[in-house]
Amino acid sequence: MDKNINVRDMIHKNKQSMNIGRVWEKMVPKVLLSIAIISILTTIGILATLTVETIAFFREVPILDFFTGTKLKPLGANAEFGVLPLLTGTILSTIIAMFVAIPVGLMTAVYLSEYASDKVRRTLKPLLEVLAGIPTIVYGFFAYTFVTPILRTFIPGLDPTNILSPGLVMGIMIIPMVASLSEDAMSSVPSEMRQGAFALGATRLETTWRVVIPASISGIIASFVLAISRAIGETMIVTIASGSSKNFTFDITQSMQTMTAYIVEVTGGEAPAGSTLYYSLYAVAMTLFVFTLIMNLLAQYISRRFREEY
Amino acid sequence: MSTMTGKDKKFTEVAQNKENDTTINTSNKTVFETKDLNLWYGEDHALKDINLKIPENQVTAIIGPSGCGKSTFIKTLNRMVEMVPIVKVSGSIAYRDKRIFDPRYRVEELRTQVGMVFQKPNPFPKSIYDNIAYGPRIHGIKNKKVLDQIVEKSLRGAAIWDEVKDRLNENAYGLSGGQQQRICIARCLAIEPDVILMDEPTSALDPISTLKVEELVQELKKDYSIIIVTHNMQQAARISDKTAFFLNGEVVEFSDTNELFSNPEDKRTEDYITGRFG
Repeated sequence: MDKNINVRDMIHKNKQSMNIGRVWEKMVPKVLLSIAIISILTTIGILATLTVETIAFFREVPILDFFTGTKLKPLGANAEFGVLPLLTGTILSTIIAMFVAIPVGLMTAVYLSEYASDKVRRTLKPLLEVLAGIPTIVYGFFAYTFVTPILRTFIPGLDPTNILSPGLVMGIMIIPMVASLSEDAMSSVPSEMRQGAFALGATRLETTWRVVIPASISGIIASFVLAISRAIGETMIVTIASGSSKNFTFDITQSMQTMTAYIVEVTGGEAPAGSTLYYSLYAVAMTLFVFTLIMNLLAQYISRRFREEY
Repeated sequence: MSTMTGKDKKFTEVAQNKENDTTINTSNKTVFETKDLNLWYGEDHALKDINLKIPENQVTAIIGPSGCGKSTFIKTLNRMVEMVPIVKVSGSIAYRDKRIFDPRYRVEELRTQVGMVFQKPNPFPKSIYDNIAYGPRIHGIKNKKVLDQIVEKSLRGAAIWDEVKDRLNENAYGLSGGQQQRICIARCLAIEPDVILMDEPTSALDPISTLKVEELVQELKKDYSIIIVTHNMQQAARISDKTAFFLNGEVVEFSDTNELFSNPEDKRTEDYITGRFG
């Protein structure tokens, strides 16, 4: 061993060369901030574009007609731009998806977090997350060529394209999201709390239901909301499996179009810039945006309202 | 080393004071009896041939250095130790006339009879009221009026009613650590168990809160049999009737507290209580 190593001197010598490092150290937060600002600017940019073009649309179509109109006929001589058919399509498909995703996702989360052994959890959770990695176009295809034919054997009146099938498949697609996020929320409840309940003679189910779920409810609701937002914004599955009929109906066996599918259809066709059809894209996109924004605000309120602090 | 005798003397005094205490219950009924109890965490032999009889309506203290198995022991009594997946147990434990490892005896039933207070206060993230009402509710008591009475009685029983009676709907996490611990004791009392296990209940508390909990333990032993794990020997001497000294997973000595502290039979007990190790 070299006995002549003098750490104090070495540190002192290095100090001189460390001035550059110090300048860099001071720059780091500024660099990081400007990178963070990129995403904020992007959001502002998108919002600005949407707003400007939406205003242009409402100069041509009265705002009231847009939101109360039950007819959407964007092409032809007497074009009508009522958004309600798209709204019902979006809402119905989302509701159907949530009927699948919330119970299945939550029960999966309860199983993984409260019942499964470590080994089972370590195997199942990644498998579940594979489901989240499947491209949505594959789900769309699956809904159209596999789920719809099966459903039609049970429901004779079901249209070849309908909102039920993509709704169900969207629900399946979202299960991993609900399950994984809810499981994270439940697993982060300290085990001392479970022990407190067990020590009172509570069964595992009573502990889960009355202690773990209430303690993690804000995280669970957050997972529901993310899932709802995902369902509202989902495009490919509904475009493929629900067709493009702009029906204003609450009959889920019929073909309907969602807001997202409308945007796909119109951007895919010829919508000359400056035409009403072109502007209607922005109005629908704006509606979609406001929709998800309201959902998120609502969710934040709910999760704050029910949060159990610990 | 020179302070040892002073410390020793203090224990003797405390123990002697207890002799004049007429409230000591001399009933010799047994609530728990362990026979050749052995426990392993994987390869680690944590409890070795434990044979103990825990008396009714008394405070039994379990003392010993860290890692001696004292917490493991009381967690075995209500089978909470099974939360650790790699645990293996042999031997038998009788709770009154029930064998606790008998598959016909439901673990939930055992834990309803044998309550537990933990080292770190662990109230639920609910209101004070809901914390106390949790136990009665899961055992089927739903009547609001009855629950109100149970909550008040339990909080009074845990000597915290006056401090919280005006804020029963507030989250229990807003309370101080000492108050939280008494809430946990009240939560335990709410289902009127037979035995209360306390796993170092004051180790996370300040001296004043500790004193309150100790006084409470004295009060509670009229109605409950209490087994308390403590690393604080003065505490064991102050509040317990019986003391078991654990070392490396074995019971070195188990006798009346004043006997154990004033006249230990085993050299290791003497070394420990006089502060020579641990």
